Amino acid sequence: MIYEVFRQERKGQPFAHAGSVEAPDAAFADAWAREQFGRRGESEGLWLVPRPAIHEITDWADEFDLKYRRVDGYSIKARLREARERAGTLVED
Amino acid sequence: MQALSSKTELLLDYADDELIVGWRDSEWTGVAPTLEEDVAFSSIAQNEIGHARALYELAARELGSDPDALAFDRQPGEYRCAPLVQLHLLDWAHTIARRWLYEQADAVRLEALQAGGDGELAQLAAKIDREEVYHRMHAEMWAERLKDEPRFREAVDELWPYALGVLPPDLRPALAARTGRPLETSQGLTDRGENLAALTELWNEMTEVRRSIPGAEW
Amino acid sequence: MTDARTEEFIARVQDGGQVEATDWMPDDYRAKLLKFIEMHGNSELMGVLPEREWILKAPTLQRKLALTAKVQDEVGHSQLIYRVAEDLGKPREEMLADLISGKSKFHNVFHYPTETWGDVGVIAWLVDAAAIISQKALLKCSYAPYARIMKKICWEESFHILHGRDVILAMMTGTDEQRELVQDALNRWWPPLMQFHGNPIPRDEDPMWFWRIKSQGNEEARQQFLEGYVPQIWELGLTVPDPKLRRGDDGVWEYTEPDWDELKAVVTGHGPRSQERLEFRRRFLDQEKWVREAVLAA
Repeated sequence: MIYEVFRQERKGQPFAHAGSVEAPDAAFADAWAREQFGRRGESEGLWLVPRPAIHEITDWADEFDLKYRRVDGYSIKARLREARERAGTLVED
Repeated sequence: MQALSSKTELLLDYADDELIVGWRDSEWTGVAPTLEEDVAFSSIAQNEIGHARALYELAARELGSDPDALAFDRQPGEYRCAPLVQLHLLDWAHTIARRWLYEQADAVRLEALQAGGDGELAQLAAKIDREEVYHRMHAEMWAERLKDEPRFREAVDELWPYALGVLPPDLRPALAARTGRPLETSQGLTDRGENLAALTELWNEMTEVRRSIPGAEW
Repeated sequence: MTDARTEEFIARVQDGGQVEATDWMPDDYRAKLLKFIEMHGNSELMGVLPEREWILKAPTLQRKLALTAKVQDEVGHSQLIYRVAEDLGKPREEMLADLISGKSKFHNVFHYPTETWGDVGVIAWLVDAAAIISQKALLKCSYAPYARIMKKICWEESFHILHGRDVILAMMTGTDEQRELVQDALNRWWPPLMQFHGNPIPRDEDPMWFWRIKSQGNEEARQQFLEGYVPQIWELGLTVPDPKLRRGDDGVWEYTEPDWDELKAVVTGHGPRSQERLEFRRRFLDQEKWVREAVLAA
């Protein structure tokens, strides 16, 4: 059984994928992962997850360009300039 | 050899046990059954050497010596380790059997030291015990997985008389109770005292570089 | 003659793009990558053996601990590397079998004997230094799972070099006999060190560069090694056993051309310790097969 190992470097940080160990059960995975990924005290914490439990998603559909949901979907420069001109607050650099 | 206080004798018994079992366990670095186990096992060996060093440090005070001198510069006959750790057992069944038995005996020893009247020893024992928790987990994990494997069971039976010899007589019943094994055995028990030829072989290898240039700093 | 998918893949990796384990990849890429990674895993595993015997002979408790930790790291590296190779499709048992049979290779330096404690210092200081140069370049490998483990590997290797230097300095400030041990070890290890990064291959002929598996050529790596470490060697009063070794005005190091035939012979299993070490590995693998069966049959 492959156990994926996620590692937290310091408290508050996310758990990031660090590697994997092959072990027969959770007890062996614990004993082996703690030494392989933590013997120098370099990890605040580890999550061990049996590989079959991981559901991967790498495919996405964005056929109709729904940019309004993202920051790059907005271009406010031109309108902001016009609004400042109207309000008399435009400062040319 | 100067007469030792009983505390120093105890310290050297324990330090020598940890040094030699640590040396034996370090032999598996690079050749353990799986790579993952190799890494974990090597940590155990290093912890044991670390424990030996801490114990030697205490003993060194009374003896006017230092940990390296105690670890390397005595003659094979002067080491006080139990025969259990002296045996050369370079197969996994015997190695894990020894690990498991040694951890059981060590647990009894550490319990006694922590409950004992010497504050300094109790404190060091507590420190050692905090690492031993993981050694015990590791040994139990293997003992559980190999419990039906004849090689392992036979190895434990074979080494049991040696395991009894790790502890002084008053602590042996506790070991028997912990392991569910008999206090009396048909093979008797192998106590501390007479060191095995295997220890001399180990000592020759362990001290080879050190003896090559006496007094040198490395 | 490549199809559009392969063309797109090539363009992507040559532009610095990364590949994950579940991505489609051309067969040639997968094959070359696997062979490269497998050799690296083999090397970490075989590299353990020359050093392991000195763990047992280490002359102080501190050195014993440090050397054990270093060798433990090498084993750990082989675990990380083999896992990556396994996820590319080759089972570990098969890789170990190919290593033992000589079908796959490991780096030249691990085919040579270690004779003294001087070797212990030279290996940790200079062999690891040569390795870390290659490994740092692999941080940019197009294959992301491999690039990611290189980060941990490089971090751990930095301790090894410091440890090696400490061992060397203790001897260089010790007795004349100790200084002799270091010089003698350096004399013996210099030729394999010069061969370590491989013979120079023009970039446009190097498939490792084409696929961006390696981001650095062999000669580039060797020059980096010389630039970094020859001054360190000379400042201790040690001599390098190559009368031609000198740094040109243009910053390029000149040296006696290494024996590339010797390198080839060694990596194909004809080194002084090749067979003995493979046999040692085989003995333990066979002896403990029952353990793997008991433990890995989940």
